[in-house]
Amino acid sequence: MVDVESGLAIDGELIAEGLACRRGERLVFTGLDCLLPAGGALVLRGSNGSGKSSLLRLFATLLAPEAGRLLWGGAPVMRDAARYRAAVHYVGHLDATKPAFTPREMLSFWAALRGNAAPAIDAALAALALDAVADRPCRWLSAGQRRRLTLARLVAAPAPIWLLDEPNAALDGDGDERLAGLIAEHRAGGGRVAIATHQPVALEGAAVVMLDDFAASAEAALAVWQ
Amino acid sequence: MTPLLGLFWCELRLSYRQGGDIGLALGFFVLAVLMFPFGVGPEPELLGRIGAGIIWVAALLASVLSLDRLFAADYADGGLDLIALSPAPLELVVLAKGAAHWVTTGLPLTAISPVLAILVDLDPSAIPVLMLGLLIGTPALSLLGAIAAALSLGARRPGILVSLLVLPLYLPPLIFGTGAVEAVLAEEGSRAHLLLLGAVTLFALPLAPLAAAAALRQALD
Repeated sequence: MVDVESGLAIDGELIAEGLACRRGERLVFTGLDCLLPAGGALVLRGSNGSGKSSLLRLFATLLAPEAGRLLWGGAPVMRDAARYRAAVHYVGHLDATKPAFTPREMLSFWAALRGNAAPAIDAALAALALDAVADRPCRWLSAGQRRRLTLARLVAAPAPIWLLDEPNAALDGDGDERLAGLIAEHRAGGGRVAIATHQPVALEGAAVVMLDDFAASAEAALAVWQ
Repeated sequence: MTPLLGLFWCELRLSYRQGGDIGLALGFFVLAVLMFPFGVGPEPELLGRIGAGIIWVAALLASVLSLDRLFAADYADGGLDLIALSPAPLELVVLAKGAAHWVTTGLPLTAISPVLAILVDLDPSAIPVLMLGLLIGTPALSLLGAIAAALSLGARRPGILVSLLVLPLYLPPLIFGTGAVEAVLAEEGSRAHLLLLGAVTLFALPLAPLAAAAALRQALD
């Protein structure tokens, strides 16, 4: 199956095999295997510092794994990194908004950065109820509104893999519902989502990865060092 | 719009929107040059002789001051992650950002330099060569500056670190830029100096994007 808008095969699986992550001197997790099929969802849980954000950054290729590999549609993602990155949306802790730009300008800039020439800006603004502030500089937006703007990226330039790091942070009840609706719609269309969160999420059929279970033991840490 | 063109326009619009960016660099440039007649005395002969050096040094310092604009904001607000995920290679991203930096600093500095040349009593016959030198040399300032700006990401006091890293790199453009003007004043040809200045810029053109992109990758990790 090929996604009409992005032209990418969306039925390939995203597979992590024996991933290990090191931050500075510390081995954060080792031996992590997981699978994200089309339409699937992965919920990353774990205590603070257990590596939820690091795993998402590994998935986004922003970090290189210490060991293990990441496969997309059967091939290592770094074999064709540009194609894989085009399939990924990464929403991190930071919102990347420029105070001097309006939400409309931010969305078209982010879409241009992905090489998307015809982004669905109005649809994205409407999906997150940002119409009223669409032409106001971002410096006047609240934290929740900036969060909504970051999430609007997902709608403006579609991509099959969503990596969301604490997406509910600063969102109100209405925002939570809209996000849940977007994720459900995305998965119904064959998209997949990996989400790191401390809050209870109602994602049907989601696989849960407990990162504390993969915390590096002393022996494992030594093995990687050697 | 392609990613690189989008980035270039974004940078230009940001510095226009934030207004102060171009104005600050220009204001600093003018004030720094104006300090010299007060410091060394107003003798036209002395000022005319060191005028080109004053203008070039002030242009270097104004350029250093504006380097933090290049990557620091993107690094702090997470925009660098999105840039790294864009299909455009980081090397070309550096080039696009460097080009925008030059349009908002090097180009205005070059444009205003004749006024300052008159203020420091530089011989009018040397003004075209001064401007031509700045036009050829200021792109090298933006490019070499990008290396230092990328290297200093994540440092505790990036501003000072950038100055320490970049000022030694700015020596060749300074030497050949002032050399070209002095050659005119001595009624010799300035062609050799301008060619060497162009060589510095052409050298920085491929080198700076490679080095700065490597530093950006380091900063992302």
